[in-house]
Amino acid sequence: MSKIILETRGLTKHYGGVHALEDADFILHDGEHVAVVGDNGAGKSTFVRQVTAVEQRSSGEVLFDGRPVHFSGPLEAREAGIETVFQTLALADDLDVPSNLFLGRELFKFKLGPFSWLDRKTMRDRTLEALKTTAVKIPNVDNPIRNMSGGQRQCVSIARTAAFASKLVIMDEPTAALGVQETAQVENIIRGLKDRGIPMILISHNLRQVFDLVDRIVVFRRGRIVASLRKDETDGNDIVSYITGVKGTQDSVPAQ
Amino acid sequence: MAEAHGLGGLKYDPAKRTRAPEWNVFGALVLIVVIFEVLNRVNGGSFLFNMRDNVDAIFNQQRLDIMILQVAIVGIISLGVTQVIIIGGIDLSAGSVVGATAMVVMSFAQTAMVNGNPNPKAIFGDWAMDLPVVVPIVVGLACGLGAGMVNGLLVAYTKIPPFIATLGVMVSARGVARWWSNGQPVSFPTEGYGALANGDIMGSLTFGLFSWQGQNPAVIFVILAILFHVVMTYTLYGKRSYAIGSNEAAARMSGINVDRHKLLVYTIAGVLAAVAAVLLTSKNLTAQAGMGVQYELDAIAMAVIGGISLAGGRGSIIGTVLGAAIFSVIISGFTSIRLDAYYQEMVKGAIIVGAVVLDQWRQRTRARG
Repeated sequence: MSKIILETRGLTKHYGGVHALEDADFILHDGEHVAVVGDNGAGKSTFVRQVTAVEQRSSGEVLFDGRPVHFSGPLEAREAGIETVFQTLALADDLDVPSNLFLGRELFKFKLGPFSWLDRKTMRDRTLEALKTTAVKIPNVDNPIRNMSGGQRQCVSIARTAAFASKLVIMDEPTAALGVQETAQVENIIRGLKDRGIPMILISHNLRQVFDLVDRIVVFRRGRIVASLRKDETDGNDIVSYITGVKGTQDSVPAQ
Repeated sequence: MAEAHGLGGLKYDPAKRTRAPEWNVFGALVLIVVIFEVLNRVNGGSFLFNMRDNVDAIFNQQRLDIMILQVAIVGIISLGVTQVIIIGGIDLSAGSVVGATAMVVMSFAQTAMVNGNPNPKAIFGDWAMDLPVVVPIVVGLACGLGAGMVNGLLVAYTKIPPFIATLGVMVSARGVARWWSNGQPVSFPTEGYGALANGDIMGSLTFGLFSWQGQNPAVIFVILAILFHVVMTYTLYGKRSYAIGSNEAAARMSGINVDRHKLLVYTIAGVLAAVAAVLLTSKNLTAQAGMGVQYELDAIAMAVIGGISLAGGRGSIIGTVLGAAIFSVIISGFTSIRLDAYYQEMVKGAIIVGAVVLDQWRQRTRARG
């Protein structure tokens, strides 16, 4: 197997007395797409928030690209090469598509501190390019995204992630609020990432989608990782058994 | 491709570029001018045009001059206030900063001898008399810079609401203005200082090609408006401003140093208020502690009328310039139809409220369905 891009050892997060994440050992290889599934409150999002440093972990280790890391915030994680699509969209509604894609990493004609001159044409061209490679159709990228549908906005958010993805992409329920067509678009973007060999962690409730897209499925239950299964070694029923606790817990009753 | 969108089933075609809201404001400006023209015609006069036979001119030059001058000084303040509103803030201190800066500036612009007698309003000793014009300008801009920085530091780093922070500075700065000379006006500036507003900068800039005596504030307003239009449209500063006003959390997540940017925007607004103070004192050849009262509200009104959303993230410098023009046309228009000053104030208030109601309505219309 190729090298390990992300590893967590004993990753734990307590909110006061609530043990949201307990002792999570997780490995992601380069180029691998892994789904994280589990019931609501199973610790999926908590896990992601620790990895991307949106929150600071209670204990445990995170190794990224072979080195132990301690990001102080999501920005540092992004600079290290972890691109994340969060459940709540991090988009500026009043800006157009190129401005959102390049928010915080604008291109310049010349630099002059805060008064640096924006290279709007190149940013626009690259945006169209990025949207093309991700097959996202936005009728007019010059309009503020406020006027766009939820799906289009999500696609902008994901296109941004895909366009700048370098080492690792994390998506937290990217299709939760989308229609059928838009979901298909997002799934195409994810397949594109696979072709480019960029590893991904996908949080999803949609098992059909999970089986369609990823190589391996990791199941969370009550803050613990209870299973890590290769897609071809398992099936939907098996995964559901782990999610609901029929399998994988000491007190589970074996099926008759 | 058109889909039902927003209030009243307005059609929004996503393939088309949305029309800039500035066009609506421009339309309103034209409409208001036409209304006042008609109202004047009914009484046998004219709002815009010259009606006197003994004067050879197309337009009513006198009224235009007053209108332009009226809009220019508060307009300069409004340029800064606009930027503050775009980042999702508010600046209530501008008027008081004008007052305080006016007092300080004038103290460094005084002339030693008035009609052969020592300056009766002298604040400092001889050392501060007949200084080169650049001294009061620099002192004034420094005052505005300081006041703006106080606003910015309070808003960005103490995290108190901008309304409260700038309200505090508004009250304190007015106190400074009154304390400076115990409420006495500061008067009799040097000739050079008086020329700042009353001279002919247009003539010097165009090497005598165009001349516009006494309208320096308007010329400077236009230059600053163009400058900040360019800055807000083409530079990182503008992009950051709109991003912060649009979604501060997203801006932070994207690596924008939001606090530092806020400090910068409030500081620029303070400097612009100081520019207005310099021009105002130069124009009037005196400074009084009550100068600039309510200017902050007029400046906010101009911005709001020009389509700047108080929620932040939306609006433009062009909008504010048009809003300022509307504001000025309304005031001159009321005077032209001889509406009593008391009524003018009342109607002005109604217009401000109306503009905000319109803004709210616009927001609801634009909200995604």
